[in-house]
Amino acid sequence: MDPSLIAMQLFSGIALGAILVMAALGLSIIFGMLGVVNFSHGAMFMVGAYAGLWVASLTSSFWWGLLVAPITIGAFGMAVEFFLIRPLYGRSVDDPLLLTFGLGYVLVEAVRIVFGSDGIPFPTPSQLRGVVNLGIGYFPIYRLFVIGVVGVILLALWLLLEKTKFGLIVRAGARDPQIMRVLGVDIGRIWLVVFGLGVGLTALGGVLAAPMRTVNPEMGSLVLAEAFVVTVIGGMGSLVGSVVAGLVVGIAVSMTALVAPEMAQIVMFALMALVLLIRPQGMFGKSGVNA
Amino acid sequence: MSDINPISSLASAERTPTTIPIAGGSRLQLAKWRVPLSILALCLLPWLLPSKALAVNVLIYGVVCVGYNLLFGYTGLLSFGHAAFFGTGAYVTGIAIVHFGLPWYAAVFFGVICGGLLALVIGALSIRTRGIYFSMVTLALAQLVYYVALQASNWTGGENGLRGFTVRKINIFGAHINFLDPIQKYYVLMAFAALALWFVSRILNSPFGAVIEAIRENETRARACGYNIERAKLLSFTLSGMICALAGTLSAMHLAIVPLDSLHYQTSGMIVMMTLLGGAGSFFGPFIGALVFLLMEDVFSIWTSHWQIIVGSVFILFVLFLPKGIWGTLLAWRMRK
Repeated sequence: MDPSLIAMQLFSGIALGAILVMAALGLSIIFGMLGVVNFSHGAMFMVGAYAGLWVASLTSSFWWGLLVAPITIGAFGMAVEFFLIRPLYGRSVDDPLLLTFGLGYVLVEAVRIVFGSDGIPFPTPSQLRGVVNLGIGYFPIYRLFVIGVVGVILLALWLLLEKTKFGLIVRAGARDPQIMRVLGVDIGRIWLVVFGLGVGLTALGGVLAAPMRTVNPEMGSLVLAEAFVVTVIGGMGSLVGSVVAGLVVGIAVSMTALVAPEMAQIVMFALMALVLLIRPQGMFGKSGVNA
Repeated sequence: MSDINPISSLASAERTPTTIPIAGGSRLQLAKWRVPLSILALCLLPWLLPSKALAVNVLIYGVVCVGYNLLFGYTGLLSFGHAAFFGTGAYVTGIAIVHFGLPWYAAVFFGVICGGLLALVIGALSIRTRGIYFSMVTLALAQLVYYVALQASNWTGGENGLRGFTVRKINIFGAHINFLDPIQKYYVLMAFAALALWFVSRILNSPFGAVIEAIRENETRARACGYNIERAKLLSFTLSGMICALAGTLSAMHLAIVPLDSLHYQTSGMIVMMTLLGGAGSFFGPFIGALVFLLMEDVFSIWTSHWQIIVGSVFILFVLFLPKGIWGTLLAWRMRK
């Protein structure tokens, strides 16, 4: 097979991986901190894409959509944490999961009411249209842009969690919320912010992915499954794991598409099954914590 | 449940049991008669509901939820992938009739067996994980089955679903039953539902039933008592999958098509919602949940095509305020009096 074709496909895989990383990141942050799996995650991703589309068409600028949608949906996420998830702390771990599932169900139907059931095309912003020559072949500029944005976000997140006082509190809170309360930290407020941050990142992923996928009310169910596969492979609650697993899955999917296109959607699940057999806690998960 | 994670260990310490402890003679009396009572209620169902089609749906989804309840309500494992077994039962039945020309009873048999085998495989993979992880893995593996069915369109009809089989007449011990008559069809399907109910009741009364409830209440203690937790979970998962597959075969015979959506995770979610609405971990709960859910769909879809937003909101309210479901709350209320 032509080596430059393989190199191009590898690059496509990284772009797909970047979107998968964005899809898994919000889920992983919320789980790592709050111990809550957000089953409305896919729906929030979809709502983010719609919000981006709406703001972009209102202001006729993609950039406003990219900025405003994650902030708005993040604020909505904070309201969800405050009114719906907070009453469930201290109950069975399954309860927040069931509640967010119901919320996702409601969100999908709400979007159908507002925007209709049909898919809406999301045009690639004019500045980012076209292709660029990478030396090995032509590559869409938008995909390079996505890889760049995800890289910047990961760097910012790393700085936030590792180099600031807020990050220190977040990490300490994830290890022992009770001690943090004893030390006088309002851990409830931290959880609120972290949930909002996770949901905001998910919505941002939705806006970024929108020009590469069709925007329809059902797009979230695929994202939910993808995000689960990535977090299971990477290890729940591990950010490094999400990043590595997202890239591995992206490359695996796009390489499979080259050899056997009909297997592309299936390969990521097979990869997950393999990881479960060999290392049930995931690549970067600590043994015994969640598996 | 993960016991190292600080938040969830905090949670499990304050956790209230999700089901009603056995106490009082009245409940034991009811337990003794639960299968005949359920069958009596099912016999009356087509005459009480507004349409015969609704009654058949309640029957089919009731059986799914009864099977699902064995895993979720009694073993305490929240699976989000049971559509895989329901759909497999339906598809295998349809494929056996369309592609192999088998008689209906053989098709039902193979549907249940294949659903059970799939549950064995998915169960073996997913019980390697615990707690929240388990729900995610079952969901992802069930989506794998969905995409396989989507791709294998020569066998499954892909997006259009499997069509082209209609069971018109069936013979049972020499009696000719016209399957196109809704009432006759209902009672044939009901016989299978009654079998499933008896089977689940028998399981719950057996020592194995006590073991799975012990796992739900305290896995570590059950393990310390010497029970093989993995084997019990896997058996519960497989039996639960087989009952869902049986419901799938009934659905295939009823609809004469198998829609691709029967494998989708929305169907899994619907099973979870119905079971929780009725009351997970109670014998009558799942059927009541299926009945209430489908009645809501029936009533609200007259007013609006967006009935799901109402049903979803009702579900959220139940998780917040009535996590024991309708029947579980009634039982708890009676116990307190």
